[in-house]
Amino acid sequence: MNMNAVLPQGSSKISAKALDVHYSEKQALFGVDLDIRAGEVTALIGPSGCGKSTFLRCINRMNDLVDGARVSGSLTLDGTDIYDRIIDVVQLRARVGMVFQKPNPFPKSIYDNVAYGPRIHGLAQDQAELDEIVMTSLEKAGLLNEVKDRLQESGTSLSGGQQQRLCIARAIAVEPEVILMDEPCSALDPIATAKVEELIDELRENFTIVIVTHSMQQAARVSQRTAFFHLGKLIEVGDTEQIFTNPQQPLTQGYITGRFG
Amino acid sequence: MSDHTVKSYDEELAHLTSILARMGGMAEAQFAAGIQALSKRDDDLAQRVIDGDSRIDELDQEIQTFAVRLLALRQPMASDLRQIVSALNISGEIERIGDYAANLGKRCLILNHLPVTAPVAGVVRLAELVRSLVKDILDAYLEQDVEKAIRVWSRDEEVDEMYNGVFRELIDQMTEDSGTITASTHLLFIAKNVERIGDHATNIAETLHFQILGTQPKGARPKGNTVGAPE
Repeated sequence: MNMNAVLPQGSSKISAKALDVHYSEKQALFGVDLDIRAGEVTALIGPSGCGKSTFLRCINRMNDLVDGARVSGSLTLDGTDIYDRIIDVVQLRARVGMVFQKPNPFPKSIYDNVAYGPRIHGLAQDQAELDEIVMTSLEKAGLLNEVKDRLQESGTSLSGGQQQRLCIARAIAVEPEVILMDEPCSALDPIATAKVEELIDELRENFTIVIVTHSMQQAARVSQRTAFFHLGKLIEVGDTEQIFTNPQQPLTQGYITGRFG
Repeated sequence: MSDHTVKSYDEELAHLTSILARMGGMAEAQFAAGIQALSKRDDDLAQRVIDGDSRIDELDQEIQTFAVRLLALRQPMASDLRQIVSALNISGEIERIGDYAANLGKRCLILNHLPVTAPVAGVVRLAELVRSLVKDILDAYLEQDVEKAIRVWSRDEEVDEMYNGVFRELIDQMTEDSGTITASTHLLFIAKNVERIGDHATNIAETLHFQILGTQPKGARPKGNTVGAPE
């Protein structure tokens, strides 16, 4: 069951308080306080090395995979501490899906790419149910019409844009509550980008989405809230419209107008 | 504010401001010449004001084209976006001020050739007041001085009061001497147009406030009664 169905839009889905992240000696995030609202798209922007991807990767504990990474402070999902010892990381990543910069379909058929998650999590009782999940996920990812006659072909045979939508279909097949996207369109052409952006807009009805992007125009187009990071600190967060027309912090202003020293 | 990483962007924004500054200076000079033509009964000057308006219209066109180009090619954000959108807006306001100045020139030519005249001192005084507002708001634009813009904005009421006084004087004049009705009516239109120039200066003040601070000025717009006949 999708948890978002009971969460009113705009209430806080993810909440970071005084979040610090260290990679060995180097501190990557400094006391970040940030609430991510349910049913909205939140864009994280900032120059390279500002900590936006680090923040994103905390939410599904991808940073656990990095040697020497330490997380302190509090980060909660629906009020539960993501870094609590009792949290099963596999379960957490089923609730918090992720889409990466470069489309990374498994070297398997289109069908198996989407069926992979539901299979390992035991979400389908029988083949018919699995078929249903695969079709629905491809449909929601806006890919079904393009691939319905070639489900047994390899996922890697698709175009870049189709591969990225396949990865989104794969992410939503396990019915996550949150989808993290790390520059999902940076390897795509403008038409494929527009399709993914349209998809993001549709998905936010059912999912909470956090997207890291280097394209300010993309942040402006797809998100309702925008957070600006600089040198590991959250500088400003606000409604996207306000951030791009009337930012309150000089650093935000400097970054989005292209005046960075 | 520090410079853009892309220097040509700074140059383009500076170019936009410089065309607007030139256009504003031209409109102010046109208006001043129109006032002088009225008070000195100078046909040649009036004609020059009428002819000069097309140059302001050309600059307005240039700004519109250039601003649209910047919007398309630079996809400006935040203060840059506000600066470009404000330039489009202010250019339109200045263009209207130029039109009213040219109209003043046309009415001067008619007034100068009427058999009976009416005193113009009141209208000239009103026009001088509005001209000082136009000058101040253009200075405020060049200096990016929001305090000065707010002062212009709050002085519009003064203009409205003086306009009402001029309106009454002209009505009295017509009542006393029906021979001056034609001249007084032209002066009445001039006064109304001058009062509108004041409104355009106020609009520029509001736009400038938005450009600099990202918000509209607070509180209700100061507005006197300008129907001409206070109850």
